[in-house]
Amino acid sequence: MGAVIKVENITYRYPLTEKPAIKNLSFEIEEGGFYGIIGPNGSGKTTLCALLRGFAPSFYKGDLEGQVLVDEKPTTAYLEGELSLRIGYVFQNPFNQISGVKDTVFEEIAYGLENFGVPVDEIEDRVVRAMKLTDIESLAMKKPFEISGGQQQRMALASTLVLEPGILIIDEPTSQLDPEGTESVFKVIETLKQTKKTVILVEHKIDLIAEYAEKIIVLKNGEAIRIGDKQDILSDIALEAEGIQLPQYAALGSRLRERGVDLEYIPITEKQALDVIGKAISKEAKTNVVH
Amino acid sequence: MSYIELKNVSFEYPGGFLAVDDISMSIEKGENVAIVGQNGAGKTTTVKLLNALHYPTKGDVLIGDMNTRKFTTAQVSRRVGYVFQNPDDQIFHSTIIDEVAFGPKMMRLPDDRQKQLVNKALSMTGMKRYRHENPYNLPLSVRKFVTIASIIAMDCDVMVFDEPTAGQDYVGNKRLAKIIRTLSEQGKTLITISHDMVFVADHFPRIIVMSNKKIIADGTPQDVFWNLPILEEAMLKQPYVSRICHELGVGDRIIRMDEAVDAIAFACGIKEDMA
Repeated sequence: MGAVIKVENITYRYPLTEKPAIKNLSFEIEEGGFYGIIGPNGSGKTTLCALLRGFAPSFYKGDLEGQVLVDEKPTTAYLEGELSLRIGYVFQNPFNQISGVKDTVFEEIAYGLENFGVPVDEIEDRVVRAMKLTDIESLAMKKPFEISGGQQQRMALASTLVLEPGILIIDEPTSQLDPEGTESVFKVIETLKQTKKTVILVEHKIDLIAEYAEKIIVLKNGEAIRIGDKQDILSDIALEAEGIQLPQYAALGSRLRERGVDLEYIPITEKQALDVIGKAISKEAKTNVVH
Repeated sequence: MSYIELKNVSFEYPGGFLAVDDISMSIEKGENVAIVGQNGAGKTTTVKLLNALHYPTKGDVLIGDMNTRKFTTAQVSRRVGYVFQNPDDQIFHSTIIDEVAFGPKMMRLPDDRQKQLVNKALSMTGMKRYRHENPYNLPLSVRKFVTIASIIAMDCDVMVFDEPTAGQDYVGNKRLAKIIRTLSEQGKTLITISHDMVFVADHFPRIIVMSNKKIIADGTPQDVFWNLPILEEAMLKQPYVSRICHELGVGDRIIRMDEAVDAIAFACGIKEDMA
C-alpha cells in the first residue's frame, strides 16, 4: 500500500517565535497503518498533528519550510473543507470539539453531515453506524454535556467517523479519563484498525500504545529521534535516557535480562511478557528435573 | 482521634444530586494517602469537603481541632491546601511568580518569609526558570506544577492533589513523585487522587478506593491491588507487573517492578542479585 501522507523535510515556527516547534522532519504515513506518536510534553506532538491536518500553517499561520503532502498534494494547496473530509481530527479535550448547539448526542454526531448537505435518510444511517462503532447507541437521546468524559470522547470520535475520513488523527484522547473510560476509547480505536483506516495517535499511556499501535514516531525537541516498528523501538532501554517511558513489560524484561534471566526477546505487551517470561521459568523447571 | 476525621459524611449538591454517601475515614498527621476510583465515584467531592470548598450536608469533617462547619473556606484552606484537577480553575495571575506569591501575601506573612516560601515552592516544582512567564505559555501538564507550587508556598499542614498525573509525561511523573516524597519527609499530610495505578502502587503506602459515592476499600497497595473483587467493583486493574506475576503464579502479592524482578529471577533459578 502506498503513502497517504508524505512529510518532506519540514521545519515549522509558530508566529513570533524563533525556535522551531518542528525541525527537519521527514517520514511517510502508509495507508491503513496505525502510528503512535510519543515524546515528552512540549516535544511537538500536537504541532505535528496540526501540520499533518493542515491546521498549520493555514489556521495557526507561522512559517513552514518543506512540505506536507496528502495524497501527493501539499496541504497548503487544499481548500479548508476538502481536507476535513479526508482527515478526521479528534482533539485532546472533547470540550473543544462539542458544538454546544445540539440537544442530543444523536444530533451532535449528525451536525457535520447536515453542514455538508447530506440527505436526511443517509444521515440517519451513518449516525447509527458511527454510534455502533463507538458503542454509544444507548446514549443517542442524552444531552452532550451530561454524559461521562469517556462517553464524550467516544461521541467526539463518532462525530469524526461519521464523515468517513480515510485518515484519523487522535490527540491524547484519554489524558483526562479514568482507566475504564480509557479502555473504552482504545477498544473503539482497535475496531478502527479493522476498518482499514489510517490512524495517527498521540498518547502518553505507553503501555496502550505498545498494545495497539504498529509504527512509532518518537519526538524530542521537535525532532524525530526514532521512527520504526513498535517492537524495535519500545523494547529499547536507551529510550529511558531520552526521558521516554518504556512500557512496563519492556522495562521488566530489560531489568530481568540485566539480572541474568535468559529471555528470548524483550516483551512489550502482556501477551508477549507471559510468553517469554513463562518460557524462561519453565526452562529452569526442566533443568531442575534433569539434575 | 486522628488529625483528619470524616464522620458519616454525605454531600448533596444543590438540586439534589448525592455525590458522597455516608463515608467515614481517618487520616493521621503525616500520612501519605492516595484515593482511586472511577470518574463520578465521589473522589473530588470528598477532598473538597476537606478544605471547606463544600460543607457536608450530613455528618462532620474535622481537621485537627477544627470542625469545618464552624469556619470559613478561607480559614480552613490555610490548613488544607487543594490543588484543582484543572489548573485553569485555579490560575488567575499573568506571571507564575505572582500566582505562587498570592497565597503567602494573603496570609500576611513577613516579607522575607513570603520570599522564602515562594522560592522554595518554585524550586521544588521546577518552575523557577519559568517564574516570569505567563502560566498560559506552558502546556497544561506543566501548568499543573504552577498550581502545585501555589499550594506548597502556603505551607499548609495538609495538601490535596487532584489528578496531578493526568497528561504527565515520564519526566513530569518523576518530578511529581519527588515532590510528594519531599513533602512527606517534611511531615506534611498528603492526599492524592490519581488514575495511574502504577504511580499509585509505587508511591503511596495507603490507598483508599471509592466507588459509587462510597469508600469500598482502605489499606496498603497489597491489600487493595490483590483484592480482585474490590478492583472489579471499582472498575480498576492491577498494576501491570502484579498482573503478570498473578498469571505466572510468581511471588507473593507483587506490587512494584523491583519486587517482580526479584521474584521472577528467583523462579528462573537466579538466587541472588548479581548486580
